[in-house]
Amino acid sequence: MINTQVTIAGVTFKNPVMEGSGTFGSGMEYSEFVDLNRLGAVVTKGVANVPWPGNPTPRVCEVYGGMLNAIGLQNPGIEVFCERDLPFLSNYDTKVIVNVCGRSVEDYIEVVERLSDEPRADMLEINVSCPNVKEGAIAFGTDPAALSNITKEIKAHTKKPVIMKLTPNVTNIAEMAKVAEDAGADAISLINTITGMKIDIERRKFALANKTGGMSGPAIKPIAVRMVYQASHAVKIPVIGMGGIATAEDAIEFMMAGATAVSVGMMNFVNPYATVECVEGIEKYLERHGIEDINELIGCV
Amino acid sequence: MKKKTVGKVLSQKSLAPGIYDLEIETCLAQDAKAGQFVGVYTKDASALLPRPISICGVSDDKKSIRLVYRVAGKGTDEFSHLKEGDDVTLLGVLGNGYDIDRIKTLGNSDTPVRALLLGGGIGVPPMLELSKELSTAGVKVISVMGYRNNDTFLLDEFKKYSDTYVASEDGSVGTKGNVLDAVRENGIGFDCICACGPMPMLRAIKEFAGDRTAFISLEERMACGVGACLGCVVKTAKEDAHSHVNNARICTDGPVFEASEVEI
Repeated sequence: MINTQVTIAGVTFKNPVMEGSGTFGSGMEYSEFVDLNRLGAVVTKGVANVPWPGNPTPRVCEVYGGMLNAIGLQNPGIEVFCERDLPFLSNYDTKVIVNVCGRSVEDYIEVVERLSDEPRADMLEINVSCPNVKEGAIAFGTDPAALSNITKEIKAHTKKPVIMKLTPNVTNIAEMAKVAEDAGADAISLINTITGMKIDIERRKFALANKTGGMSGPAIKPIAVRMVYQASHAVKIPVIGMGGIATAEDAIEFMMAGATAVSVGMMNFVNPYATVECVEGIEKYLERHGIEDINELIGCV
Repeated sequence: MKKKTVGKVLSQKSLAPGIYDLEIETCLAQDAKAGQFVGVYTKDASALLPRPISICGVSDDKKSIRLVYRVAGKGTDEFSHLKEGDDVTLLGVLGNGYDIDRIKTLGNSDTPVRALLLGGGIGVPPMLELSKELSTAGVKVISVMGYRNNDTFLLDEFKKYSDTYVASEDGSVGTKGNVLDAVRENGIGFDCICACGPMPMLRAIKEFAGDRTAFISLEERMACGVGACLGCVVKTAKEDAHSHVNNARICTDGPVFEASEVEI
C-alpha cells in the first residue's frame, strides 16, 4: 500500500495536492469539473474582514506561457464566507485552508479571530504577498520586520496552524522564510505571483487597468522551483510549493525541491481537471518507481 | 454540466475579411443556447487561456455548434486555419444565455411579444441563434444589424426568422450610421431589446431603452470562464450574488444582463 499522506503542522492531508488561493474560488465553481474529495486540501480565495470590490477591469491578460492578473482580492468578506463557503466545503472530505488578506494588522486579526471558532477551517494561510492592492498585503511580505511582526500578531490571536504565503518579489527568499519561521509560522507557502507588466502596443495602453499585475503560469515555474528549494533549505517548517504547476511531473519536481505539499494555480483555468490529474499522476509515479511513501520524495535532490 | 472536451471541425469558411464561420461537432451542443459562449483552446502552449467565443448557432439535431468570430490575435488567427476533420478543444457551455421564457412575458397578452435584436460588428453572430430561438418560441423578432461597410455577414440568414434591417457606418448599405439610427429611421416598435456589440453601442442602447427592458451581452478579458478567478466583472446597480460588492462576473452571472442592472 502506497502512502500519499503528508502532514503539515499536525494536519494530515490525504495527498499533497491543493490549489492556489484565488484560482479556485471556494471550490464551488470547480466542483462541476473535479471531485473535491480527491484533493489534499481546498485553499480558498483570500477573505478579508469586510467585502472588497477589487480593481477596475481589465484585470487579466495573457502573456507568453502564463498570465497577469490584478484582481485586487475581490471578496465577500468573512461573514458571507462563514455563512456560505465554509458550509459548502463541509460536504467534502478534504482539508480546508482559509486564505486571509487585509490592509492592516487589525484587519487580519479580525478575520483570524472570526475563524477561530470555525471547525471547518483546518489551517490559515496568511496572504502577505498580493502585489495588486495598494495597502497591506505585499507591504507585509517584503519587509522582514513587518513580516515578523504580523506573523507574531496572528500567531498570538489563533490556535489554528498558520501558513505564511510569501512573495517572490524579494531579494532573498531564504531570509524571508527564516523570518517567518522565527516569528512562529507553522508553515510557509510560495511563490505568490511575480510582479509584471504588459503594454498593448496597438492601443498604446497598459493591458491591465492596474498597470502592473502578478504573473503566474508555467513560464514562472523554474523561478518557483528555485525559491522553494532555497526556502525549504533555510527552514525546518514545512513548505507548500507552487508556481506554474500543470502536471504531476511538475508537482513531483516541487516536492523534490523541498515542498511537502503543492498547489495548482493558474493552470486550473487552462485545465479544470489539473488538480485531480496531478493526484492520479503522482500515484502512478510512486507505483512506477516502487516508492512506498511519498514523503521520501520531499527534498530528495 | 460544464466540461472541457474535444470537438471535431465539420467545416470552416470565411464570410468577410477577417470573419470566419466555424462549425464544430461537440457534445456541448446538447445544452447550448443563445447568448452562451464557449472557450476555445489554441494548440500553442504559449497562449494558454481559452478564447471566449459566442455561439452563433446550434444545429437542429443538437450535435454541433457554429462559431462566427473575428481574427483579433494569435489565438483566433490559429483558429482561422482549422479545417474539416481537425480536433478543437473547447470549454463549455459557459454563461447564462438569454432567458426566452422571460422575454415571452414582456409584451401585452393580446399580440405576440416584439423583441428588437440589435447586433453591432462581431456582436451580430450571437443574435442569429437568438432570433431563431425567439421565433421558434412564438416571439415576433425584428433584427437590426450594424456593420462597418457592405460586408454584411450573416444578414441574409436573419431574414428567415425576423423582419430585418441593416445599418452601415459608411452608408454603403441600409441606414448610414448605427443600429439606433436604423431603428429611428424605420420607426420600429418593440416590447424589449436584446443587444450585443461594442461598449459605446451598448451604452447608447441602455440610454435609448429608458424604462423599457433591454438585455445586453457584455464582453471582458477573461481567464477561467467559470466564475472562479473574478477577472471579468462589471459594476452592477445592486449587490452581486457572489461577492456582495456590486461587481458581477460576466462569465457566469452574465454575459447577458438587464441593461438597468449594470453600470457601463
